[in-house]
Amino acid sequence: MTTLEINHLSKSFGRVQALNDLSLGVHSGEFLILLGPTGAGKTTTLRCVAGLEKPDSGMISMGGARIDGLSPAERDVSFVFQSYALYPRKTVYENMAFPLRAREMPADAMRSRIQDVAAKLRITELLQRRPAQLSGGQQQRVALGRAMVREPRMFLMDEPLTNLDFKLRVEMRAELKRLQKELGATFFYVTNDQVEAMSMADRIAILSQGVLQQIDSPETIYTRPANLFVAGFVGSPRMNFLDCVFDPAARALVADDQTWQMPLSPVQLNTLERSASGGYVLGLRAENVEPVWESAPGVIPGQVYVVEPLGDRTLVDIKIGASMIKAKVPPTFAAQTGESLGVRFDHDRFSLFNKSTGEVVL
Amino acid sequence: MAEVRLINVNKKFETAWTRRRATGESAGVLAVNQLNLTIQDGEFLVLLGPSGCGKTTTLRMIAGLETATTGQIMIGDREVNQLPPGDRDIAFVFQFYALYPHLSVIDNITFPLRAQKLPPDEIKRRVERVARLLRIDHILKRRPNRLPSGEQQRVALGRAIVRQPQVFLMDEPLTNLDASLRAEMRVELKHLQQELGTTMVYVTHDQTEAMSMSHRIAVMNLGVLQQVGTPLEIYNRPQTLFVANFIGSPPMNLIPARLHDGRQIASEDGPLRLDLNGHRLQADSAQDGDRKVLLGVRSEDMHLADETDAADVSGVVTVREPLGDETIYQVETEAGALLVKTPPRIVRQPGDRVGLTIDRRRIHLFDRATEHSLLV
Repeated sequence: MTTLEINHLSKSFGRVQALNDLSLGVHSGEFLILLGPTGAGKTTTLRCVAGLEKPDSGMISMGGARIDGLSPAERDVSFVFQSYALYPRKTVYENMAFPLRAREMPADAMRSRIQDVAAKLRITELLQRRPAQLSGGQQQRVALGRAMVREPRMFLMDEPLTNLDFKLRVEMRAELKRLQKELGATFFYVTNDQVEAMSMADRIAILSQGVLQQIDSPETIYTRPANLFVAGFVGSPRMNFLDCVFDPAARALVADDQTWQMPLSPVQLNTLERSASGGYVLGLRAENVEPVWESAPGVIPGQVYVVEPLGDRTLVDIKIGASMIKAKVPPTFAAQTGESLGVRFDHDRFSLFNKSTGEVVL
Repeated sequence: MAEVRLINVNKKFETAWTRRRATGESAGVLAVNQLNLTIQDGEFLVLLGPSGCGKTTTLRMIAGLETATTGQIMIGDREVNQLPPGDRDIAFVFQFYALYPHLSVIDNITFPLRAQKLPPDEIKRRVERVARLLRIDHILKRRPNRLPSGEQQRVALGRAIVRQPQVFLMDEPLTNLDASLRAEMRVELKHLQQELGTTMVYVTHDQTEAMSMSHRIAVMNLGVLQQVGTPLEIYNRPQTLFVANFIGSPPMNLIPARLHDGRQIASEDGPLRLDLNGHRLQADSAQDGDRKVLLGVRSEDMHLADETDAADVSGVVTVREPLGDETIYQVETEAGALLVKTPPRIVRQPGDRVGLTIDRRRIHLFDRATEHSLLV
């Protein structure tokens, strides 16, 4: 069931178009993450949904009813701010009571609602403490609890983990995802961190310059990126991009500098024969590039540029002709800068993009 | 090019407050505590640790921007404690580039050489080489403040390199760059150092930078050197709990356990039992009776199995994090919540019951009191 429906939303600030004809839906109980670089329009989208920004055109509805005319307070959505936005001098209970007092809720009803929410979040025993006495994870729960007592239909979150240190961020990722599933809540979440998006989201919507690029599951976004922007933005290390052309006679893709060839299946050939693109970009993830020591047919000669051990895996930067390509190998792989070695491309796992439009072709 | 040696180096920061209250030996903050470290000629050494661990203070003492309270600092065979920064034959690159905004790129780069009064043709030769190495030939006439941050960073490096110092000192030079440029600069900086062969001391709090670029890493915490070793030594054989916790993503699983008679490990909670077969204990650790320990297992050294009978411990999947090239599962077990890293083709859903097997060759063991590794 779709809870939130955004249709043809556009918004400009002066001459800057922040959102350009954005349409997307958030399902009930879904963890949807809006991902993109700074200035992509993510926060503007969230603020339009919350009623903090008025779109130039387009429609926003929830549960089938339009909400664009409503004031922020009437929209039944709740912004969750970073955990440090808690009132430091108030107890956890008072922090959670604050939004209810503002609504002049009767004391009994308020007490029982806070108790209910605290039980769900497993913070009942913390209600009399102050934020400074809580761990980062507990503070995050309280921040969520303060939003939950209002019983919104949807939670809006704007980079809530950005200011946490690395270890706490990893911990909070798992914690937030677990809570969202346990509560069955709908999360509409904004971040510029692709690891955060991949690890938490049911679906990721990728924005660039106010335009939706792709919306799909993390796995699909990673393995079947819709265009060069998505391919380059998601995944670490960044996908290798290599310029090439289609050679119908060789039934293969051929590097611009002739250093490699990628044979194509009949289906792939068929697709390319119907596509009219002049140049292509081959996209290969580092784990789909295999360094080999023996030369053999299909092995592309190269030279080790830099070896980067990361502990659980090692990245090898290899020079092939004028281009540089990254391979991901097990930590036991040993190579020295300057050594000659070959690489083999995985013929089953690659993406091919139209060089001029950036759209995926294969 | 030169070796850098720090011998029994201490640095105490005194405040007016600590001096007033001090009786006998003054109090104060010990930013660096009894540091002994040799950075070999031509080595790329990274000082790694969280903020406040003493890494920047150490670098600043080598540079001459701070004075060691006690101890000796050697560059080559010279003691440099009393030398001003300008006489130490080092080049310092900061997180903020500190370029002269009103000078062109080429004037920024040649500034230190003209100050040294080098002959013009020598200056020209060096600038050409550095510009080619750093791929900044095409922007030599531009002003730095009009350039993107990656190019500004390369200009700052160029200004350091062109002096051909004995030692490069760098303090988080990549911190302000975006992720993809940082990854690119990591590769370039490492390649450059190998090409030049100049000793490099590099400070960062980023474990990926430290692992990927250095010959050796020196991990510091609270002013104390924890461990020095190659990236893989540090990763595979962390000597203290701090190092084990600080390096690796996600962090190492640490399971409270007892070591019985120096042979058998049993988790405090749950049925996890492991023999220490094939591992040797530190000489003084093989005591009889129970010792409180933490069993450390990295997420990639544990494997998911559907058979829960043969597994070391079993539990229920609570969170699944697909990261593209790998998937991380959080599994709630009787021994605690554990993180397991798997290839992406292995798919389990929250609520699924799974067994976990531990790669026995790759376990870690820490004494809970001393926080030191018990394994050799």
